Amino acid sequence: MKKYHQQVAGTTYAFDGLVDVLAKASPRRSGDELAGCAAESDAERAAALWVLADLPLGRFLDEPVVPYESDDVTRLILDRHDERAFAPVAHLTVGGFRDWLLATAALPDAAARLTAVSRGLTPEMVAAVSKTMRHQDLVAVARATRVTSAFRTTIGTPGTLATRLQPNHPTDDSRGIAAAVLDGLLLGCGDAVVGINPATDSPQAAADLLELLDGVRQRYDIPAQSCVLTHVTTTLDLIHRGAPVDLVFQSIAGTQGANESFGVTLPLLFEAEEAARSLGRGTVGDNVMYLETGQGSALSAGAHIGAGGRPVDQQTLEARAYGLARELNPLLVNTVVGFIGPEYLYDGRQIVRAGLEDHFCGRLLGLPMGVDVCYTNHAEADHNDTDTLLLLLGAAGCAFVITVPGADDVMLGYQSLSFHDVLTARNVLGLRPAPEFERWLIRTGLADGSGRILPVDPAAGPLWELAGA
Amino acid sequence: MSDLVPGNSGDPWAALRRLTGARIGLGRAGDSLPTRQLLSLHTAHAVARDAVHRPLDTDALVDRIEAVGLGAPYIVGSRAADRGTYLRRPDLGRLPGDLGGLPVSGADVGVLLCDGLSPGALERHGPPLLRALREALLPQVSVAPPVLATQARVALGDHVGARLNVTTMVVVIGERPGLSVPESLGVYVTHLPRQGRTDAERNCVSNIHPPDGLDYAEAARITASLIRGARALGASGVALKDTSRERPAVPTEGAGAPTANDGSTPTEPATASASAERPRR
Repeated sequence: MKKYHQQVAGTTYAFDGLVDVLAKASPRRSGDELAGCAAESDAERAAALWVLADLPLGRFLDEPVVPYESDDVTRLILDRHDERAFAPVAHLTVGGFRDWLLATAALPDAAARLTAVSRGLTPEMVAAVSKTMRHQDLVAVARATRVTSAFRTTIGTPGTLATRLQPNHPTDDSRGIAAAVLDGLLLGCGDAVVGINPATDSPQAAADLLELLDGVRQRYDIPAQSCVLTHVTTTLDLIHRGAPVDLVFQSIAGTQGANESFGVTLPLLFEAEEAARSLGRGTVGDNVMYLETGQGSALSAGAHIGAGGRPVDQQTLEARAYGLARELNPLLVNTVVGFIGPEYLYDGRQIVRAGLEDHFCGRLLGLPMGVDVCYTNHAEADHNDTDTLLLLLGAAGCAFVITVPGADDVMLGYQSLSFHDVLTARNVLGLRPAPEFERWLIRTGLADGSGRILPVDPAAGPLWELAGA
Repeated sequence: MSDLVPGNSGDPWAALRRLTGARIGLGRAGDSLPTRQLLSLHTAHAVARDAVHRPLDTDALVDRIEAVGLGAPYIVGSRAADRGTYLRRPDLGRLPGDLGGLPVSGADVGVLLCDGLSPGALERHGPPLLRALREALLPQVSVAPPVLATQARVALGDHVGARLNVTTMVVVIGERPGLSVPESLGVYVTHLPRQGRTDAERNCVSNIHPPDGLDYAEAARITASLIRGARALGASGVALKDTSRERPAVPTEGAGAPTANDGSTPTEPATASASAERPRR
């Protein structure tokens, strides 16, 4: 294990290998402190950043952060690394790469240049450079990338901010869910997906919910996709039973062990993608995977140990989940940034930072990246923090966010964004819904010609019957 | 749409609101929430936060626990010295401070009452739930004197149970407060408690908060059934099915909080949360 040294303010700090440098260069967060890998002082953190900035990018190809032999995510990342795409940045250090990214982002053809190198970048390189970047850097570079995906709507078109409408109900009551779907559609949400977290993992309950959502879609001719967020094995079973499955959902993480704790393997994920795509249900595209991630998932599964037996910081592991995600051609990927609790992201400051890092890393790696901007009641965060993160993400060109009625998810017991929050962000930042969905909103009389959601009388419109009222 | 504020006459959402506790049909102030709705959300969050941070009033609880008739409670702490540490370091909340004062009881069942993430839930529901547990368990099984723990996570019960030398440990703990339910208890059953037990080796009963959630007698009945099952099987956890309900009761990490936003998220028993009513001001 190579030792690195750096002097700051008269003290010499030593770092034991790449994993240690990455962890100690990470902005302070509770999850890394819980894992025991965080810097012990701000000066040590600054020293680690100097070391990190001087590391050649190629070092991450030579020294896997999680061993190649024991981890299939590492093997996937390195086996599919594209040397030719890497060539334009291969000579750079991490710090030089930050400068290159910011300089490139300022060019008129930034999107094409960033796309060209994307397959040459590994998650570890992207995580490393993100640690050297401030919030505005993360926003500026993410905004310059262009990533689109499509099924019945197109996700990631510049100038749009799409939404997952999340109409959860504690007992999966179909009429309660329909009422929440109605509320969201009337407020212009649902263009990324109408996605339910079911209260049980019962295949029959999931099939019933899929029929409900697909019925609504067909009845009102809504260009949108639906998803019931069950385990991938349940969804595969539903596909085989002929249920109307648009998207396959699965939580994924950045190590083999963490994925095993979710009950998934790489072959299973590839099989699911193939099965859903073979249904041919998309109209404007065939991206069929919906993946969720979140910093801390590997640590919570006890599967966060890397090279030399050292704990890997949670942000680097999160970026590795994106390395897996991009092999699955997803329609949607979102980090659930404040959900897992204060032992991983303690407060609003840590949540905002993590949301921007995750969005940046996902975008640079070529993902249609969204964020569940959220917090739990035991975190030091509130809706001022989610406002801040939403507006920053909107400026960064975030593909989509999660929305629930009144910001309060009554099934999962946490707060995400409200439909109203997205109306505000779209208006303030000049963003619009996904194009196909926006045309439907206008056609239905819910939006004016510019995509602005109108204050309609819900009971007078055609959608009202949706909820069976 | 400001005329659609709940409570005004002719609110078309009134009927739909009976179908879900979700905050639907809130109206708009421009693109934003109307003030009443903003303050309603703000207030629910404030109450939930207070529920997390207000310390357990152990003095007031001791007498009420003793009055249940299982003996005067012993009081222990975890190694999390304060609330901030407790929230940041769940590992310390799982480790005991000094257990030297605890008796080696050798009873069949031990009960650890924990503040968890909602001390108020333990104050409100702890003594009556303990009484219901006593009635459901005695005299078929013996019960050790109760233990009261502060800044505690579920796995602290493994250490306490091992020290008490009981066969099955019951941990009663305040669950993570939600906006609609800030004070709810969960019960975790661990057979042959000892350091290193995993959450897969426990069974849980969650959402205990009458009148809206599971009531004390039903929670005690399910818990007693799990204890009997664990004693017959020689193990608790995934191998032990709660036959009194439709779904197997497998716990989540921490105190009843879901840990992953996906379909594998264990959730409350449907019967318990169906009638949970959101306060509307």
